Amino acid sequence: MTEISREQLLHVAHLARLELREDEIARLESQLNDILAAVSKVSELDLADVTPTSHPLDVVNVWGADEPRPCLSVEEALANAPARDGDFFAVPPGGAS
Amino acid sequence: MIDTLRLSAEEATRLLRDKEVSSAELYTAYRAAIDERDPELHCFLHVCEDGDGEGIPIALKDVIGTKGIPTTAGSRILEGYVPVYDATVTERCKARGLRIIGKTNTDEFAMGSSTENSAYGPTRNPWDPSRVPGGSGGGSAAAVAAGLAPWALGSDTGGSIKQPAALCGNVGLRPTYGTVSRYGVVAFASSLDQVGPVARTVRDCALLYSLIAGRDPCDTTTVELPAPVVLPDRDDLDGVRVGVPREFNEHDAIEPGVRAAVERAIELCRELGAEVGECSLPRSVEYGMPCYYLIAPAEASSNLARYDGVRYGYRTPDPADRLDMYKRTRDEGFGDEPKRRILVGTYALSAGYYDAFYGQAQKVRTVLAREHAEAFERFDVLVSPTSPTVAFPFGAKTENPVAMYLSDLLTIPSCMAGLPGLNVPCGLSEGLPVGLQLIGPQFAENALFRVGYALEQAVGFDPVPERYR
Repeated sequence: MTEISREQLLHVAHLARLELREDEIARLESQLNDILAAVSKVSELDLADVTPTSHPLDVVNVWGADEPRPCLSVEEALANAPARDGDFFAVPPGGAS
Repeated sequence: MIDTLRLSAEEATRLLRDKEVSSAELYTAYRAAIDERDPELHCFLHVCEDGDGEGIPIALKDVIGTKGIPTTAGSRILEGYVPVYDATVTERCKARGLRIIGKTNTDEFAMGSSTENSAYGPTRNPWDPSRVPGGSGGGSAAAVAAGLAPWALGSDTGGSIKQPAALCGNVGLRPTYGTVSRYGVVAFASSLDQVGPVARTVRDCALLYSLIAGRDPCDTTTVELPAPVVLPDRDDLDGVRVGVPREFNEHDAIEPGVRAAVERAIELCRELGAEVGECSLPRSVEYGMPCYYLIAPAEASSNLARYDGVRYGYRTPDPADRLDMYKRTRDEGFGDEPKRRILVGTYALSAGYYDAFYGQAQKVRTVLAREHAEAFERFDVLVSPTSPTVAFPFGAKTENPVAMYLSDLLTIPSCMAGLPGLNVPCGLSEGLPVGLQLIGPQFAENALFRVGYALEQAVGFDPVPERYR
């Protein structure tokens, strides 16, 4: 059975851009292992010949009409910005990724 | 005197048309009910002072975007967020004159089965305030049950309309995938999310569905309804083939009182003229929950990547750099359940695990869809309990995520297959509502309404919680 280690948990958290606090890590590690144990049940079935379903309807590509129409103004687009600089969203400089 | 606990939306619409009440009087009556009962129940995260419009009120789950009205999805990360545009369903409600009375409580990002995951505190069940209303749409279901709105919209990914409707004793429809636009609705798992109506009667539910359904160019997954919505009016079930899937009706998790009420409803189907037969969907219940709790978190981990503190919503104070901003914003802004799902989803999609988890779950999804399709070769609708239990006490499942996930055991399989499902109250167990789940093939909403309506008349369930009568 798959077990997630503390190291893996921190790696996945980094991929998901979550800075977990120390008190969260122990709790989440045990809960995630419970969840993974439950969902691992899907591997019991032999489905080598089954086509995967990514979407419940058989839809084909849908195109929108290529016509200009009204969109949000700059003010509207920035209305909820935590920080702005003129007509831009303001963010701090990047860090190591 | 307007009795908001008993007035149906249909009757309210008639009173309005015949000028027996005004739109403002109706709005005031529901606002008074909110003032009286919502301090205890906490159905609403935001109450509108004056919803524009000339029609009857409606409550919207707080994942549905409303221009100029705060929309939080039950999350701290969206605290203070005020959309600058309406969701298509909001627009459609407004176009029909419906007045938005408020935004209802939900588990954070619609992730949960009890509303206990709301960052703003849980909603209480109007039948017994020491118990949960179900979730994630517990706010909408409880508001309708308590007469705080004649009807409401919810959203359903794995049972978030049907299960709270079951626990609060009202009618809730999860429509066929693709029939109702999600444009402007906070996304959780895009191959599953559907918006749908919650109401006190089947006819109200059908009416509200007819107002919101249909193709929307802004949501490319939507289609036109193949046939118009028919408001049900037949008391019989002549010629209807009702299937009783064993695995959905005999599961160990189903409480005896729930089972008894559902068995009586199935017997009523027979008496009303339906042809009732047993069937088996051997893998749908057993593998539905594990399949769902891989696919929904995988999609959620992608959808929730947008909450990064840049364009809207919460941003951590004084970040050291951009990476620090992303990570601390998301740690501080998300509660435990979205974090769990983001982590499970990211893990299931990561290199080395993708095939075993996400890929395998997508194949299981095909199996579930096929099992349902085969059953619908013989039957028009399938029946089962909606929830294995009646409303449970607060805190009963909060420490154990997997136990909470099992609340959706019976609602999940048909969601995975994109099928419509209707909850209709079918009785009480221990003084709490029991919900019957009706599942149909794609676009079979009219069949569900017909069966739901005939049963509603035959069962004679009183949707007003005993403590308010």
